[in-house]
Amino acid sequence: MKVLIAVKRVIDFNVKIRVKSDNSGIETANVKMSMNPFDEIAVEEAIRLKEAGTADELVAVSIGTAQSSETIRTALAMGADRGILVETDAELQPLAVAKLLKAIVDKENPGMVVVGKQAIDDDANQTGQMLAALLGWPQGTFASKLEPADGTATLVREVDDGLQTIQVKLPAVISTDLRLNEPRYASLPNIMKAKKKPIDTTTPDELGVDVTPRLETINVVEPPVREAGEIVADAAQLIDKLKNEAKVI
Amino acid sequence: MDYLYTDEQRMLVSSIRAFVEQELRPHEAETDQLGYVPEELGKQIVKKALEMGFYAANLPEEIGGGGLDYASLALMEREFGKTTYGLHGFVHRPSEILMACEGDQIEEYLLPCVRAERKEFFALTEPGAGSDIMSMQTRAERDGDDWIINGSKHFISSPVQADFAILFAITGIEETPRGPRKQVTAFLVDTGLEGFAIERGPRCAAQRAYRTFQLSFDNVRVPHGKILGEEGKGLDLAGKWLKMGRVWVAAGCCGKAERLLGLAIEWAASRKQFGQPIGKFQGTSFKLADMATELRAADLLVMNAARKADLGIMEDDDAAMAKLFAAEMVGRVADNTVQIYGGMGLMEDLPVERLWRDARLDRIWDGTSEIQRHIISRSLLRPHGA
Repeated sequence: MKVLIAVKRVIDFNVKIRVKSDNSGIETANVKMSMNPFDEIAVEEAIRLKEAGTADELVAVSIGTAQSSETIRTALAMGADRGILVETDAELQPLAVAKLLKAIVDKENPGMVVVGKQAIDDDANQTGQMLAALLGWPQGTFASKLEPADGTATLVREVDDGLQTIQVKLPAVISTDLRLNEPRYASLPNIMKAKKKPIDTTTPDELGVDVTPRLETINVVEPPVREAGEIVADAAQLIDKLKNEAKVI
Repeated sequence: MDYLYTDEQRMLVSSIRAFVEQELRPHEAETDQLGYVPEELGKQIVKKALEMGFYAANLPEEIGGGGLDYASLALMEREFGKTTYGLHGFVHRPSEILMACEGDQIEEYLLPCVRAERKEFFALTEPGAGSDIMSMQTRAERDGDDWIINGSKHFISSPVQADFAILFAITGIEETPRGPRKQVTAFLVDTGLEGFAIERGPRCAAQRAYRTFQLSFDNVRVPHGKILGEEGKGLDLAGKWLKMGRVWVAAGCCGKAERLLGLAIEWAASRKQFGQPIGKFQGTSFKLADMATELRAADLLVMNAARKADLGIMEDDDAAMAKLFAAEMVGRVADNTVQIYGGMGLMEDLPVERLWRDARLDRIWDGTSEIQRHIISRSLLRPHGA
């Protein structure tokens, strides 16, 4: 089975995000970028499927500027076999990304698409679901366990009230949650091998996808600074404050 | 600095960083207190380092090494420099001098070292021969097809007791235009040979979990075939390796300084006195500015030396300048970090005091600052006949 993995280049999780002074967005110049951590989990899971003999080819796809090839290279160094870069400088929103991924899926015909449940930059948590809808495929989102067998995949999902086990028919779109696995770091021989693995480049135009944003960003501001808490003397005072100051009960 | 690196180097750095943070750093405080790395932990680190291909990353791919160029090795050493040498030492970089192995020596010494099945002591320094290596007293005398070795070595550092020593001994005197000169030969000497005794060295204030050993040789007999390289050419053989060693120490200093600077910034931004973060006071903020600037300069000196080594044009002073400046830089950075932390900087609960102790060694090992200055000034004056 061929497995397609989507990997996004995002600001590194260790970086303190700063809003641009004109409030048009966040500062990305000279900021360390890395693979979205949920996508690392997706890559790791796909590699494990290959190691278990379930998958035979892993294709890592990234969509974005030319530098996104670095993110693909990281996936290749972890163990993916080849890469596809959809190169564009345009602002990308989840629907456009889902359409681009659909176009790639139509060409590649994978048996499974594995994506991170969300990217840590915009936290949209939409692309996987939209992709499944566009493809008309089943979706298994927020997977914390994944076991494919005989044309189906059984997965455990992390949902609000606990863990839900479902079975989906393959091909399907799977989105990964934090506890699915612990991604490996690339070994030196694999880093060297990654240099020789192919990355094909295409564009939204070549794929015939219109990526025009459907949403307009009007203003980006820092979240309000959280104020310090207050220690109350007893339960009676707490209830009084909740009623009369916070007005929440 | 990232712009100077290739994609592969960036990936290597992030893999090693993750390895150091997950596999080594959690054991720093405990092993520093113990004064050694427990055997099981050491084995576990070696196993993981082999899996990751970090072990013997300096040796050529053809013999199973990592085949890294010098610039990549410098980046690797920089990341490992952020933790202690006791732990880093298990991700071993066998002496490149072993590449001089020939015939049976290859199977017996070189290849097992690449596979982490054997480990070497690099035995050069003596109680009476530190910076002045030519005052070496250890001798080997020819006896038929064998050599008989007598003498002692100290400050032989290794995370574990090694399986054999690359031993440097005097094997003769040659006449040169500048007077008589001792000829030094390198031998491969297995531990366990009769007359070869090994003792733990004294406890050290810096790099506590990294052991030093004292080796003594009392009529130790080795066959002629145990000579590494050519008779009388031991120091020529060691020369290139020692030179690169200075670049590795310098790279490690940069890693250590980066970690210290990060700790100092964190504290300066969060510790409040007189109603504001202490980083708001110029007494603190200007220290941070100097620390960051000197670190950048040291990084560039290291990259300069490593890149020139890759091009085959590194001079003695390139390595010496990198080692001198980086070692003195990390000393100042460590001292300033302690000062910014105040009393807390000296408490064993935080890593600052340990890094400060460890940094002190960098001005001494692999050639003291004075020796580096000697090398640099010699390269300035020699062309003028002085």
